[in-house]
Amino acid sequence: MAKKMSQSNTSSEPLKTADGVSLKVSLNRALRRRKITALLLVTPLFLFILLTFLGPIFDMLLRSVDNKIIVQVLPKTVSQLAVWDASTGELPDEAVFKAFVEDAKIAAENKTISRVGKRLNYEKSGMSSLFRKTGRKLKKFDPDKLEISYTDLVLGYDKKWAKHETWWLIQRESGKYTSSYYYAAVDAQIGVDGVQRKPDDQRIYMKLLKRTMWLSSLITLLTIVLGYPIAYLLATLKTRTSNLLMILVLLPFWTSLLVRTSAWIALLQREGVVNDFLVTLGFIGDDGRLAMIHNQVGTVVAMTHILLPFMILPLFSVMKTISPTYVRAARSMGATSFTAFRRVYFPNTVAGIGAGGILVFILAIGYYITPALVGGTSGTLLSNFIAYHISTSLNWGLAAALGTILLMVVLVLYILYDKIVGIDNMKLG
Amino acid sequence: MPSANDILVRFENVQKSYDGEILVVKDFNLDMERGEFLTMLGPSGSGKTTCLMMLAGFEPATHGEIFLDGQPINRVPPHKRGIGMVFQNYALFPHMTVGENLSFPLEVRGMGKSEREEKVKRALDMVQLGDFANRRPGQLSGGQAQRVAVARSLVFDPEVVLMDEPLGALDKNLREQMQYEIKHIHENLEVTIMYVTHDQSEALTMSNRVAVFDDGVVQQLAPPDELYEQPTNAFVADFIGDNNRLLGTILSADGETCRVKADDGSEIIAKQINIAGVGERATLSLRPERVAVNPEPGQFDNNLQAKALELIYLGDHIRTRMEVCGHDDFIIKIPNSALHAQLSEGDNVNIGWSSNDCRALDPTD
Repeated sequence: MAKKMSQSNTSSEPLKTADGVSLKVSLNRALRRRKITALLLVTPLFLFILLTFLGPIFDMLLRSVDNKIIVQVLPKTVSQLAVWDASTGELPDEAVFKAFVEDAKIAAENKTISRVGKRLNYEKSGMSSLFRKTGRKLKKFDPDKLEISYTDLVLGYDKKWAKHETWWLIQRESGKYTSSYYYAAVDAQIGVDGVQRKPDDQRIYMKLLKRTMWLSSLITLLTIVLGYPIAYLLATLKTRTSNLLMILVLLPFWTSLLVRTSAWIALLQREGVVNDFLVTLGFIGDDGRLAMIHNQVGTVVAMTHILLPFMILPLFSVMKTISPTYVRAARSMGATSFTAFRRVYFPNTVAGIGAGGILVFILAIGYYITPALVGGTSGTLLSNFIAYHISTSLNWGLAAALGTILLMVVLVLYILYDKIVGIDNMKLG
Repeated sequence: MPSANDILVRFENVQKSYDGEILVVKDFNLDMERGEFLTMLGPSGSGKTTCLMMLAGFEPATHGEIFLDGQPINRVPPHKRGIGMVFQNYALFPHMTVGENLSFPLEVRGMGKSEREEKVKRALDMVQLGDFANRRPGQLSGGQAQRVAVARSLVFDPEVVLMDEPLGALDKNLREQMQYEIKHIHENLEVTIMYVTHDQSEALTMSNRVAVFDDGVVQQLAPPDELYEQPTNAFVADFIGDNNRLLGTILSADGETCRVKADDGSEIIAKQINIAGVGERATLSLRPERVAVNPEPGQFDNNLQAKALELIYLGDHIRTRMEVCGHDDFIIKIPNSALHAQLSEGDNVNIGWSSNDCRALDPTD
């Protein structure tokens, strides 16, 4: 608890030093040198954090709305399209097609046209191949030998150009910034007639976000239930015994994450130790072996185990400060041991539960390796999809939007926690 | 002698060991009267707090029985003993306000809200903290926290209140002030208090009786004045107040007095208190203020030569370290009065004392 200093300086006149300078000015002067030294000492860390943490986060936020590629590659088309009224339902006029042919021919020669295709493919599949095909043909096209209109030329390349939606899409995504990644991240799509939810079978991210939140909450709850008694033991046992226990708690930290996760695979798989044991004891038949890995059970078990120390340590450090005389005092005043625990001991550990809970929850919500290894399809989390979009589908915009949403969720939870419990009550050790 | 009904707390042959190897409390016997203020005084590790914890129910007695109001309580859990307790570091619950802290023992007893509020107010008024009910313990000064702790231990009207070095964390002035306050509360409420301290002035100020502990054994249990004037063994004589020790061998013993040959050969007449017999070793105990410098011939039955080694001016008296009978740590207090002897370091003087003030006790070397 923060000690509040009560200051009872009631004099209305500002105090002055012997030579008549205001006391505050004089004090500031005296402290300036120290402040500068302190500032210099933290500068390296500040720069490090700026470069490796704040920078990337800002970059990620930017990427989730960044949409420069279309206006860069097709500048004339974009400016011509600006005056086209898509709501008429008709195709753009000849000027747009002309601008497009000019833009696209340059882009095809620079090999940048496929990037536009790729970008638009995120919004509608088939765009990538359309632009590649058109680019190939435009490379051979010589504007001096044009005998038909630009419109007919382009429409002749692929019948998709005759679709109103194709041009509408280019117009929609012609801004420097876009919100379409965010719409995609919340399973919505922008149609000609406005924003609507994607069909049921295509909604994945919201489902994943819900699952991520639910599994993270469950894991947090499990770590509290499992960690609380251990932390209590650690805080109350004799130093020698509790040090030994502490080593056991910290042991997982000294083992590779991969090793720990693989150990869970060995334990929980269909032919694994636990199933073999249960079959030997006759609890389950050989054909009824339990599926405990590559599903949600696997994710929950392995992540609870891995995140448990992050709950135990803050709890332990808080419990260590609770004097055993509190409980004794409560007992001497007539409280049963349960009442003493509920009314006196437990309220004093809430700060530790809050700190551990928020730590575990935030770690769980962004956990990646363990669910990827043991989660199967039902136990994967949002972070696995972020990783997929970063390394496999290369849709960095969507990955950034999903990451930003996760970040927002964490921030909202943090603010809620601050409002309810108070951040200054949080003790991490 | 108190009748059996007046005995509120009784320890009977109580022993305590934590590890099965060392007895922390060896055969503790005590009868405590209703309304008594009894202090357990002793150096740290002497077993006094352990006795308190056994009475409170936080430590089981290894052997023996403890009675509260005639009932054996060895198997009664702490919350059913109805004993108030003040802890060394107050143990105020930091997540509750002062009022909630005081209300807690009443709540767990199922007392109604209005009655609780009334009792809390009365208890806070008693310690002059009536306006502090809504403060948090973290906002209190040491003395205020101490008062709240005392009020909390009394709010549910327990028959016995145990105090475990409650003033240890306060500075000297505040400690003295609190001593009087606790003493007055004890007198006004007629509550029975068992108090633990290692500070002898605290014990002498407040108590009806003091039990001096050492090495798991009660060395002497007596009212404060008796403890100082008539210590029954060398430990108590040394532990309570300033004391001069002279070691020697008993030459003869008759009736009240005995003759002791000090280790340098001089003979001293002393009062027989606690000696093994002629030819055995003994410790002579003598209070510094009972020694006279340059006494009238025939005034005292003990007259010796001494050499002043060191003089310390202390205002109301001059503390003088002397060499007497081969001991160079013999202290006498010369009062700073008009007629006091003028000494300087290195002077040889005659000193004398009455055999009545010199007590022959058990050997300590």
